[in-house]
Amino acid sequence: MDNWTFGITMTVVGTGATFLVLGILVFVIGLLKRGFPLSAGPNQNEKAKGA
Amino acid sequence: MLDGFVLALTGLAEGVRFMFSFQGLPNVVMLGIAAVLLYLAVKKGVEPLLLLPIGFGCLLVNIPLSDLMDKGGLLRFLYDIGIATEIFPLLIFVGIGAMTDFTPLLENPKILFFGAAGQIGIFMTLLLALALGFTQLESMCIGIIGACDGPTAIYVTSQYAPQLLGAVSVAAYSYMSLVPIIQPPIMKALTTEKERLVRMPMAGASTVSPRTKLLFPIIVTAVTGLIAPKGLPLMGTIMLGNFMKESGVVQRLTGASENEIANIVTLFLGLAIGGTMEGHAFLRVETLAIFGLGFVAICVDTGAGVLLGKLMYLLSGGKINPLIGAAGISAYPMAARVVQMQGQIYDRRNYLLMHAMGANTGGQIGSVMAAAVMLSVLKGFGMA
Repeated sequence: MDNWTFGITMTVVGTGATFLVLGILVFVIGLLKRGFPLSAGPNQNEKAKGA
Repeated sequence: MLDGFVLALTGLAEGVRFMFSFQGLPNVVMLGIAAVLLYLAVKKGVEPLLLLPIGFGCLLVNIPLSDLMDKGGLLRFLYDIGIATEIFPLLIFVGIGAMTDFTPLLENPKILFFGAAGQIGIFMTLLLALALGFTQLESMCIGIIGACDGPTAIYVTSQYAPQLLGAVSVAAYSYMSLVPIIQPPIMKALTTEKERLVRMPMAGASTVSPRTKLLFPIIVTAVTGLIAPKGLPLMGTIMLGNFMKESGVVQRLTGASENEIANIVTLFLGLAIGGTMEGHAFLRVETLAIFGLGFVAICVDTGAGVLLGKLMYLLSGGKINPLIGAAGISAYPMAARVVQMQGQIYDRRNYLLMHAMGANTGGQIGSVMAAAVMLSVLKGFGMA
């Protein structure tokens, strides 16, 4: 494989795949946050009871 | 009897004679470079944890006729057990994972894209290195300097261009420490004053549950491992460290990973890298070219991150400060601090640190991912 084919392929695939994988991770993090939302902590429950 | 004394004294003086001969000139120059590295580490505080052992390793290997990098020598032993086997950078990654808090990234996941933009310098530098006549594998290793990620650079270079390991490692760590000098002019040149003044307030309380933090390293390992399995040792070890930290059940292992193991490995790694800086092998035009290309790589990374920040500024209706794009490299937490400081130059009440930390941890994932993708593409080409 000649240098330019190697370089251009590596650049296009490398940049594209890096963005793609991180995009997938952004999506998965969104799912995780929706699937496991932060529940009210004990302090907040106690405050609610106190009120 | 007298002959014996003469022979003994000749043997003792052989090193000095070699040093002052033409053949010993590269060693003399490298002893000077070792002195500069030690000075930077001790007096200037430039990445001392790495530059001090690298400088001392360089000193040891360049003392004429020293056999520390010959078979059975101390530095050769460290090189063989830790760098040739790729174990040292991976153990350091466990420690980095244990030290890293991904919460700012999880709070605002879109910031992860800055971690991808911050790797564009890798690929641009690869093209430049090819144009300068480096081989394909060498060009890839030189490009990795743009990851701003020492362990990744060492991991990849030790596999594919071990003859460049000293130059690539020293360039990577030197430029990481120069981030506060290299980045600000680029950040200023590419942004308008209006953009630099954008405030990005943090949400009052965290929105990330402990379970999300716990599952994050497992999901990242699985997703990235499936797409780019050749990079799994890199991503797997950093996520192992983070999983141990977030689980909270192996505090001794977490503590050991981020302290004792990381410290011991850093010492051995630095010495072994210094051992590759023997004058006759190191003092070549290629070494200068590698330092120049490394500089280009980090400038392009910074520029690409800021330009993506400008795009996100436009798409978000002016809610994202483009400066945080500069933190999308792996130099953690230095790049985030640079963004915070630059933001406060223009508005003392602008606190960009947590957003920049998110981009910076995104840069850590991005740099490993870029390397993982390159290794997998190499495998696809039948070169790995």
